[in-house]
Amino acid sequence: MNMIALDSSGLVASVAILEDDILRAEYTVDYKKTHSQTLLPMLDEIADMISLNRASVDVIAVAAGPGSFTGLRIGSATAKGLALALGIPIVEVPTLAALAYNLYGADGLICPIMDARRGQVYNGLYGFLQGSLVTFADQRALSVEELAAELNEDGTSPVYLLGDGVAAYRAQLEELLTVPHIYVPAHLNRQRASSVGALGAVLYAEGRAVPPEKHAPIYLRKSQAEREREEKERKETKDAGDER
Amino acid sequence: MNGHTDILAIETSCDETAAAVVRDGREVLSNIIYTQISMHTVYGGVVPELASRKHIEKIDQVISAALREADIPLKDLDAIAVTYGPGLVGALLVGTAEGKALAWASGKPLIGVNHIEGHISANYIEHPDLEPPYLGLVVSGGHTHLIVVKDYAEFEILGRTVDDAAGEAFDKVARAIGLGYPGGPKIDAAAKNGNADAIRFPRAKVNGSEYDFSFSGLKSAVLNYLNHAEMTHEEINPADLAASFQKAVVDVLTDHTVRAAREYGFHKVAMAGGVSSNSALREAMRKACEEAGMKLYVPSAIYCTDNAAMIGVAAYHEFMRGTRSGWDLNARPALRLGER
Repeated sequence: MNMIALDSSGLVASVAILEDDILRAEYTVDYKKTHSQTLLPMLDEIADMISLNRASVDVIAVAAGPGSFTGLRIGSATAKGLALALGIPIVEVPTLAALAYNLYGADGLICPIMDARRGQVYNGLYGFLQGSLVTFADQRALSVEELAAELNEDGTSPVYLLGDGVAAYRAQLEELLTVPHIYVPAHLNRQRASSVGALGAVLYAEGRAVPPEKHAPIYLRKSQAEREREEKERKETKDAGDER
Repeated sequence: MNGHTDILAIETSCDETAAAVVRDGREVLSNIIYTQISMHTVYGGVVPELASRKHIEKIDQVISAALREADIPLKDLDAIAVTYGPGLVGALLVGTAEGKALAWASGKPLIGVNHIEGHISANYIEHPDLEPPYLGLVVSGGHTHLIVVKDYAEFEILGRTVDDAAGEAFDKVARAIGLGYPGGPKIDAAAKNGNADAIRFPRAKVNGSEYDFSFSGLKSAVLNYLNHAEMTHEEINPADLAASFQKAVVDVLTDHTVRAAREYGFHKVAMAGGVSSNSALREAMRKACEEAGMKLYVPSAIYCTDNAAMIGVAAYHEFMRGTRSGWDLNARPALRLGER
């Protein structure tokens, strides 16, 4: 089974090509250039390097969200274009579960954190049981305070902290966390397309691939315009109720 | 690859998700448009984030429909074209990433197309006799450009708006009068029952650049008129207001266009873009061109609005000139005509 895996959900752009349980090539860049300029040239380079026969690719795995709205769409549109052209399906891999997969086999609670702005982080809580990923908390958006309180109360240790949200909120986490925790080192603490691919292969084997036209990112959040409109409507409904 | 040049084109610069297959730069084999207007209506205008979300959701269905209707498999195409600017950056990014991936996976050349060049090229679809050089006017929700079309992919910009695009003025005024979104068709309809000479609104000239446009002063004049009426408790007549405003826009557009065509010695004038489906503009421009002895070209309404067929036409001419884009093609929200 041949797979192309993509992750452009955050600041990292990462592409990988996998053949069954072999990682043929991976290219990961954490630099300020836009994913629109980097992602496909990176894929082109590694595909050339391993003389990839494009028609031999069976599935595209993509980090499907949450993440930067624009970053997610660049990854999704790339995945949809590749899958449509090759007539193959897409495996939607939750971004935070893929980050947790960086720590395959770890012994504690895996806590990936992505900066979600507006005082929040995207997070999910994971662990490994006999080689399988277990989800303790589905990916969601919450405040650092809420997350720290949850981790402290749960008390499972050690807690492995990774993701770009760790850098953004490290001082706050230090202050709030009473549970033992470990900061994951550089080679494992950011998005890796190989992890998206490895977890994607598991999901693919479970028959969870979708046709390209069915794929859209998982934002976990409504757009600002929708939120403001709903807020306004709630207020109007409330005001109307008060008048009665 | 069948003696013809067949190009798949993708357009996602604003609130239309569109794909088309165009043969030899003139014949439209398919033209699929998924319009998002109804989704944006409740917000009174296009919400960029929602537009981008809808594009990613619909784009593969729209492309598949375009290929199916043209009855041409992807592998038989000669190139893949995509609008990469100008427009909303998030919306453009969906189309560019999709187009690049499609081209890469199918081994086809990629052609990045300028949206304005697409609008101008829309006229080649239904007017086989139209060939450069001629004078072009592109008027839409995002653009107002007066252009000398020197050759199929060679342009000189004579004038552009210094503030609002013509279509933007229509939207803002429609909202102020309470006609809703999208403003162009609403004002066009309301104006049919109004007196265009009821209110005298200014026809703005831009100092020092005789072919540039300015519509923000006109918009302010309409808003002032409304405020004044409200303060003095005067009844306003929306139909008269719509007609008078529309006439002010139409006058400036036709005056600039015919004056420029005369000065540069053109007998052919081509109009394009969403606002060129406005019935008052079409009629006034036809009359003005006729009086000046010029022939006017305007696309049908379906090719005035944002569509991918026009992008496929423009791409054909770029393709023939050897234009090829790289895998690093990026969305360019402020891309200018003639710029690469």
